Amino acid sequence: MNPLASDMWSPYVVGVGIGVLIWFGFLLSNKAIGCSTAYARTAGMGEKLIRGDKVDEKAYYKKFLPKIDWEWMLVLGVVLGAFISSVLSGSFRIETVPRIWENAFGSSQVLRYIGALIGGLLLGFGARMAGGCTSGHGLSGTSQLSVGSWLAFIFFFIGGIVTALFLYGGV
Amino acid sequence: MLEELYNKKKKQLFIGFLIGVGFGFLLDRGGATDFNIIVNQLLLKDFRVLKIIFTAIITGMIGVHLIVKYLPPKLQPKPCRWKPIVIGGLIFGVGFAVLGLCPGTAAGAMGTGAIHAIFGVLGMLLGAGIFASVYTHIEDFMVDSDMGPVTIPESLNVNKWLLILAFSIVLATVMYLLERAGL
Repeated sequence: MNPLASDMWSPYVVGVGIGVLIWFGFLLSNKAIGCSTAYARTAGMGEKLIRGDKVDEKAYYKKFLPKIDWEWMLVLGVVLGAFISSVLSGSFRIETVPRIWENAFGSSQVLRYIGALIGGLLLGFGARMAGGCTSGHGLSGTSQLSVGSWLAFIFFFIGGIVTALFLYGGV
Repeated sequence: MLEELYNKKKKQLFIGFLIGVGFGFLLDRGGATDFNIIVNQLLLKDFRVLKIIFTAIITGMIGVHLIVKYLPPKLQPKPCRWKPIVIGGLIFGVGFAVLGLCPGTAAGAMGTGAIHAIFGVLGMLLGAGIFASVYTHIEDFMVDSDMGPVTIPESLNVNKWLLILAFSIVLATVMYLLERAGL
């Protein structure tokens, strides 16, 4: 069987592959893989379009300059990589309302889009408060045995599990 | 030679992009770009996502510590600020369940045709922007519990290779038990 056309690989193969990408990040770029600062930088770029250069004066954007960097390119690459994978496996398809969401909240696209927007808002805010996301803390930070990253990883899942049981688990 | 590569800005952006392509490809092959698979993990029905993360941690942990031992890169642990990590982590967790994706997998999900993930990405931009706007008001809360960029071997004063071995065994055992339980 052609592995490129098979829909899903073993989670262990995928995990080893992601671990090796973490090596490459350190080795080739002296960087830890992460995704959430790219969103903060893009938010700053968006604000600059509307409000001009005074956005650069915001204390937070002095720490995370609103410009394209390594991590920003990485997130862009993720979009393309997932696109390539899903086209090769034949799993690419337009999804508006995921199945489990539909079971819990019905088939309204508008409701799902509002939910996704609110979920995203909480993710973006929480990731910046916690200083990283499932990648920066959950993969790279935990691999470095960082105390804060293990703590973050645990609380990401505590918050996620409790909320999911409440929203979709009928608790 | 490696340090020279780190200073080549355009090459670095391209390397970041290539690593991202590989990351997105693997996330999709693992099923992690699928709302249903992430939510089933959070519902504790299917442990595929945690198996990916645990295997990546074992692989990454061993390799990264070998790299920093023998080559120029250094560890770069993030500062341990327990208050914003706990509160921000819980807020993140709620968003994780509502969107059913996280910042990396939402980007991937967009690539696989998930229209709702686009709204998730817009929400994340909004959330990050709001955080940047309120940052100066919560700066004390953000920094007053800062313990610095501590690692577990440092704070426990344990040999890091021993700890790497222990973590690998524990994570592998958990995955073995999950397989045996059919999860």
